Amino acid sequence: MRKFLLLFSVIVVGLIFTGRLLYLQVIKTTDYNLYQDNAIRKVFDYPKRGFVYDRNGQLLVSNQPSYDVMVIPREVKALDTLEFCNLLKIDKETFIKKYDKAYRYSPRLPYVFVSHLSKEDYAVLQEKMRKYEGFYIQKRNLRKYETTIGANVLGDIGEVNNRNIKNDSYYHSGDLIGKAGVEASYEETLRGQKGIKFIQKDRFNRNIGPYKDGIYDTLPESGKDIKITIDATLQAYGELLMTNKRGGVIAIEPESGEILAMISAPTYNPNSLVGRNRSKNYTKLYRDSIAKPLFNRSLQGVYEPGSPFKLMNALIALQEGVISTEEKITCYNGLKYGKKAFMKCHCGYGVKNDLSRGIQQSCNAYFGTAYKRILDKYDNASIGIDNWSKHVQSFGLGNFLNNDLYVGQKGRIPNREFYSNAYPKRFYSTYTMSNAIGQGEVRTTPIQLANMVAAIANRGYYFTPHIIKSIQDQPLPESFTTPKHTTIDKQHFDPVIEGMLKVYEKGTAESLQVKDIEIVGKTGTVENFVKIDSIKTQLTDHSIFVAFAPKDNPKIAIAVFVENGYWGSRYAGKITSLMIEKYLKGSISRTDLEDWVLNHTLENEYAKPYSGEPFKINGQSQLQVVKPEEFYKLKKRLNQLN
Amino acid sequence: MLRQTDRHYKFDWLTILLFFILVIFGWVNIISASHSGEALEFSNFSHYYSKQLIFIALSVVLIILVLSIESKFYERFSSIIYFSALLSLAGLFIFGKNINGATSWYPIGSFTFQPGEFAKVATALAVAKYVSDLNTDIKRFNDQLKTFAIIVVPAFLVLLQPDAGSAIVYGAFFFVLYREGLPHMYLIVAVLLILLSIFALKLGATSTLLTTAIIVLTYYFTRKKRPSIFQPIVVILLCTALAFSVRFFYDNILPAHQKDRITIWLSLEKDPDKLERMKKTVAYNLNESEKAISSGGFKGKGFLEGTRTTGNFVPEQHTDYIFSTVGEEWGFVGSFLTVLVFLLLIIRILILAERQKNQFSRMYGYAVGSILFLHFLINIGMVMGLIPTIGIPLPFFSYGGSGLWGFTILVFIFIKLDSNRINEW
Repeated sequence: MRKFLLLFSVIVVGLIFTGRLLYLQVIKTTDYNLYQDNAIRKVFDYPKRGFVYDRNGQLLVSNQPSYDVMVIPREVKALDTLEFCNLLKIDKETFIKKYDKAYRYSPRLPYVFVSHLSKEDYAVLQEKMRKYEGFYIQKRNLRKYETTIGANVLGDIGEVNNRNIKNDSYYHSGDLIGKAGVEASYEETLRGQKGIKFIQKDRFNRNIGPYKDGIYDTLPESGKDIKITIDATLQAYGELLMTNKRGGVIAIEPESGEILAMISAPTYNPNSLVGRNRSKNYTKLYRDSIAKPLFNRSLQGVYEPGSPFKLMNALIALQEGVISTEEKITCYNGLKYGKKAFMKCHCGYGVKNDLSRGIQQSCNAYFGTAYKRILDKYDNASIGIDNWSKHVQSFGLGNFLNNDLYVGQKGRIPNREFYSNAYPKRFYSTYTMSNAIGQGEVRTTPIQLANMVAAIANRGYYFTPHIIKSIQDQPLPESFTTPKHTTIDKQHFDPVIEGMLKVYEKGTAESLQVKDIEIVGKTGTVENFVKIDSIKTQLTDHSIFVAFAPKDNPKIAIAVFVENGYWGSRYAGKITSLMIEKYLKGSISRTDLEDWVLNHTLENEYAKPYSGEPFKINGQSQLQVVKPEEFYKLKKRLNQLN
Repeated sequence: MLRQTDRHYKFDWLTILLFFILVIFGWVNIISASHSGEALEFSNFSHYYSKQLIFIALSVVLIILVLSIESKFYERFSSIIYFSALLSLAGLFIFGKNINGATSWYPIGSFTFQPGEFAKVATALAVAKYVSDLNTDIKRFNDQLKTFAIIVVPAFLVLLQPDAGSAIVYGAFFFVLYREGLPHMYLIVAVLLILLSIFALKLGATSTLLTTAIIVLTYYFTRKKRPSIFQPIVVILLCTALAFSVRFFYDNILPAHQKDRITIWLSLEKDPDKLERMKKTVAYNLNESEKAISSGGFKGKGFLEGTRTTGNFVPEQHTDYIFSTVGEEWGFVGSFLTVLVFLLLIIRILILAERQKNQFSRMYGYAVGSILFLHFLINIGMVMGLIPTIGIPLPFFSYGGSGLWGFTILVFIFIKLDSNRINEW
């Protein structure tokens, strides 16, 4: 028995060691990854981020160097804190707080101690940096906006967050990534590929040479420059016109689907989100829950489309053969479509309208009748509304456009299923009559409306609206260059377009004519409500206008949406005419319109729901003029533009 | 009866093979551990791996020497060898050179020589010689004391250097003496002492006292034939004294660095932040070596491919922490095979020891197996974080001439003794 004590101990120890080895090397181990090996230092070489140009080759976004002071807490040696704080222009408390934060993040990983030094500070600091062990200066490329416009188009870049790092192993703490707009949607194109050097460290964290003579090292690959479809002049002009208003404007080139202008008002200077004040300014924009400057109204603003939607119903009614271009429908100051159901109209009692006049006068009775007929064409209005919905959706309404924009909204085009909760059993066309005039349950975004107009301009097809013009020599994706056909036959478009032309010639936009340009358009005035202290309160109507020009061979399709601008031609129509003239002719003949738009502000309308006092709307509401110095400032900006 | 001409030596080639496997694989790992990315130059003797190659070559000379000496020599001259070893240990206090805080080396030119590595061999011979003497009976208390003295004197000299790690190795002789008939009481007391100490540290002296009191009294009152009540009370009092003195020793006497090692091992520090900081300071070696071993994974990173080894992340990785290099570069496969070869070598030596006809050879063989086992247990256990940090080399692997030669002589004297087995009466 005595013989076996040692033998037994030896075997037990062998088993324990094997178990421990299994635990350490098989269970606890992770697959070896050079990137996670902290015996290897990874030094990144950041490439130049691609530049952004407008469609005419004007440089919009370039780069500027920026210098961050980094710290690796473990390597910090005793230092003259006071002197260092003075150099960095921070106080001692901030120093201690930041150092603690860095230590808590990791004692051995670099942490941004002070970001975005000014060039002067950098110059002074650079020479003295050697004195402060554990601190060093990291150069990064920041964006430089060569313009003050297009903040919502161009977007911005910022430090990656934890989610970015988790989702994409390319990114490491401190890297920059596109956060919105083109910067975000073309992030991979613009950023290029950073280079990496692997360096073998020893336990004192000193470099002892390239890892394996650098066979895994890579060189940085510059980001590609891109050209976007935006016309910088048109964009700037539109933004200027939209000053002191809220809303969205989208202009599209119908023959290509290229977005010429994408305006969301209010906006901000993109340069405010660069450099040291980025986070302060961003927070300010982010916290503004009333004006919502970061909310891209042209893409995300979901509104009832109002009268421009009547064009859809006209086209569908023609396609379905339920109206003809000649047939006249009588308006009785509206349309009675049920025992107690009546849709009001301003045409007058007994006025007979054909299609062209129906569009020109925006007759509710006419489109109410057309809509009802579309739904009642089949035995069952359920089939009718699904058929109607299918036609409307073929114009890209009610769904994402699948384009290259960073944000978007589906909007809503209802079908039978949508109404199944409200009307589970019987369903009649009269239940949804408001859809006839673009109110009811229909919701669209400005870009969807602009696209709808582009499809009308093209007489039956559209190209997915997109922002990319070219990426060096790379061809555009096929989905942007193939036409999407609507379900409406070509011959039905011309009568509708004739009606839209009349809108300008003698209809609701008569006052907005531009010499020598045949503009076809449609006004819209949309009732809207908010809840104030949980009481549904009506606000001044939204002003909407859609148009394209010239009538033949159209070059621009546009949708303008001005919140609480009252009737269609009051704000939106003017802005539309001006932008079309600006784009097609390069100069403005209707300076009267221009001055009127610049001189008027809607800020008083926007303040009303927050005033806490009763207020008047629409006709009872006063037009507000900007202060003379403000008007002078806007004029000056306008002159700089020309 | 065998004629003189039939007298021949039958060396145990399996042991020799296992020995060389370990020496060569050890050297391969010394190359990795002492190389940091540059090209290998075996002729440049500033590199550890080149020096170790010389040590290995010289150890082959030693082997031939050891094997060519008449086996009776070792038994007959054991006392002289033992006393010269004691002298060489004592001489360190006059002529020794202090390296890393321990005066364990004689400087000889640019080389150093560590007598402690040879004292183990001498002690093994002396113990075997004394206990195998016909006049000695290990069951007698007087002889036990004398035997302990033979062991404790060199251990104490080593402890004074101070080299606590190497002194602990002398505990290996317990296995030898137990095999030869040391009363069971010693084993029981030893195991209880260890358990009690761990208990006292981990749970505190008071709870240890309560637990032992309950166990002892329960045992006492459930027995039918009860001895005097004083017996359990004495046991409890002894345990109490022990528990409190262990606590006192840990709190007040133990040097700070050794205290930290125990704190880390038993996770006595409750504050997680402080424990985390300890891992980066006092337990840095252990933490890094565990990481290196773990990073090797199942197959390892391959020869010279270990990034932590190349970066010298584990201090002393070519000496005490060499096993971390094995772990990183050869993975579970290589580490397991290393452990296996060590086990086979030790077990083989034990089997050989058991078949010796004379007690001297058997005891010496047993001593060889026990010493190797204790080194293996403490070194690899420490590198993998299973036992507190005790700095002793891994036989055949750790860099160093004295260590390698010490173990070579230790093993080959036994191979010589074993080869002479058939000539014994």
